[in-house]
Amino acid sequence: MRTPVVAGWFNADDDPDGFRLLGTRCRMCGSVFFPRADAYCRNPSCAGSELDEVPLSRTGTVWSYTDGRYRPPAPYPGTPDAPWEPYTVVAVELAAERMVVLGQAAPGVTVADLAVGMAVEVVPGVLHQDAERTWTTWHWRPVGGPV
Amino acid sequence: MTDDIAVLGAGMHPWGKWGRRFVEYGVTAARSALSDAQLGWNDVQLVVGADTVRGGYPGHVAGAAFAQALGWQGARVTSVYAACASGAQAINTARAQILAGMADVALVVGADAAPKGFFAPAGGDRPDDPDWLRFRVLGATNPVYFGLYARRRMALYGDTPDDFAQVKVKNAAAGRANPHARYRKAVTAEEVAASPVVADPLRLLDICATSDGAAALVLSSMSFARRHGVDPVRIRAVSTVTPRYPRTTLDLPDFATDSAAVVAPPAIGFRASIAAAAYAEAGTGPADLDLAEVYDLSTALELEWYEDVGLCPAGEGVKLLREGATALGGRIPVNPSGGLASFGEAVPAQAISQVCELTWQLRGQAGGRQVAGARCGLSVNQGLFGHGSAVIAVR
Ligand SMILES: [Zn+2]
Repeated sequence: MRTPVVAGWFNADDDPDGFRLLGTRCRMCGSVFFPRADAYCRNPSCAGSELDEVPLSRTGTVWSYTDGRYRPPAPYPGTPDAPWEPYTVVAVELAAERMVVLGQAAPGVTVADLAVGMAVEVVPGVLHQDAERTWTTWHWRPVGGPV
Repeated sequence: MTDDIAVLGAGMHPWGKWGRRFVEYGVTAARSALSDAQLGWNDVQLVVGADTVRGGYPGHVAGAAFAQALGWQGARVTSVYAACASGAQAINTARAQILAGMADVALVVGADAAPKGFFAPAGGDRPDDPDWLRFRVLGATNPVYFGLYARRRMALYGDTPDDFAQVKVKNAAAGRANPHARYRKAVTAEEVAASPVVADPLRLLDICATSDGAAALVLSSMSFARRHGVDPVRIRAVSTVTPRYPRTTLDLPDFATDSAAVVAPPAIGFRASIAAAAYAEAGTGPADLDLAEVYDLSTALELEWYEDVGLCPAGEGVKLLREGATALGGRIPVNPSGGLASFGEAVPAQAISQVCELTWQLRGQAGGRQVAGARCGLSVNQGLFGHGSAVIAVR
């Protein structure tokens, strides 16, 4: 069974409109939030409480990047005894939203493949697979990079 | 501007990995601060504890835990939690009650017994907690965020991993002269470069450890200090600001910054606003400082603080470091205590320990790490979720 690691943060990877991160936009002031804010607007000058789901830009530019050379503690999924594969974390600047969004890089993308300012796109990814479930997530990868 | 309060006593339990209960460390620090103040525990009218928290659950409500250990004597009690900024919140709470006339003499204590390895959130399935989620979804430990900041500096300002290593070299040299520090030996840039990468580009020796330790302060009204016959170090300002929307710097434990598409970002970022509020309250500025204790969770982050507290313009932190301005004997020594690089982090104790260092420096009691003629010092840090914290002390 494919289960998103967090419900409502991204759409299905076979969505006809393409894979996107999902935020929300305040009906009163137009501010966009990710992770989604559904109950209240966080603009201090706005008392809005109605927000609509909105897909975030599909592409952005690398704000910064790093990697995790050691296994993070729980609740990061995985088997503590299995050999550790470092993962890459990318912070991506979205021009239209004027915000920076974190995510893991697609498998195989290392810090050596990245540079600040490089164009990247959001793609569906798998965080972890166990006997019952495939936990899905979002990944960033250089635009046009291998799937 | 608010009135000053007096620092009558400062005390610490040495940082390390001692394997004992945090209350023991706190009692050692408290007794040491009381003895430094030449006061007894029964003279204390208010005890404020910076809470020792494990993974988001305040299992040890610190104020009363310390009061019980020192012996119940009926003092007022307050317990506060603000992650790394807990100590500054505790100092500010004591200050507010002193200035309001609710207590003349307050004891502020923070102590921790840190777990091994990465800080981690409490267990269970808790997707409503962003701190839990960042570990679950991204595996984003604290060093991951430090690595992102460091890489950004390299791209934006041309900082190098060797520059970061030089921060460790500087702080280790100062920490050698501090009997309370956990690490008390010189470190070379080669040793930093030979340590394993934790979160590229940062290596193990670029990142602060987690430690056991405790710090305590005895604070009083200025009138009590005068009656007590001392000319004390004074706390002139305590900043406890939150960020302003939109917060455009990515910060722990967030997945994203606020969007600046609708509302323009504030003129200065959160870290800079922490120091700015303290300067405004004290009627001072960066040029008045003789030393600063900043929160060097990583070597690269120390450089960021130079800029945020106004010691130099953005991007010139490395220049200040290379000139030797921030080393002992330099124009504006930063982290003469040795900083987190020499201590490792004991969360609720750390901001209090920064003020202990200011106190000893301003009294001229800092021994081999003394900043000559220090009259004004700043300590600054930042707690998870947006707790700003800065203290300005003068003599
Ligand atoms: Zn709004």
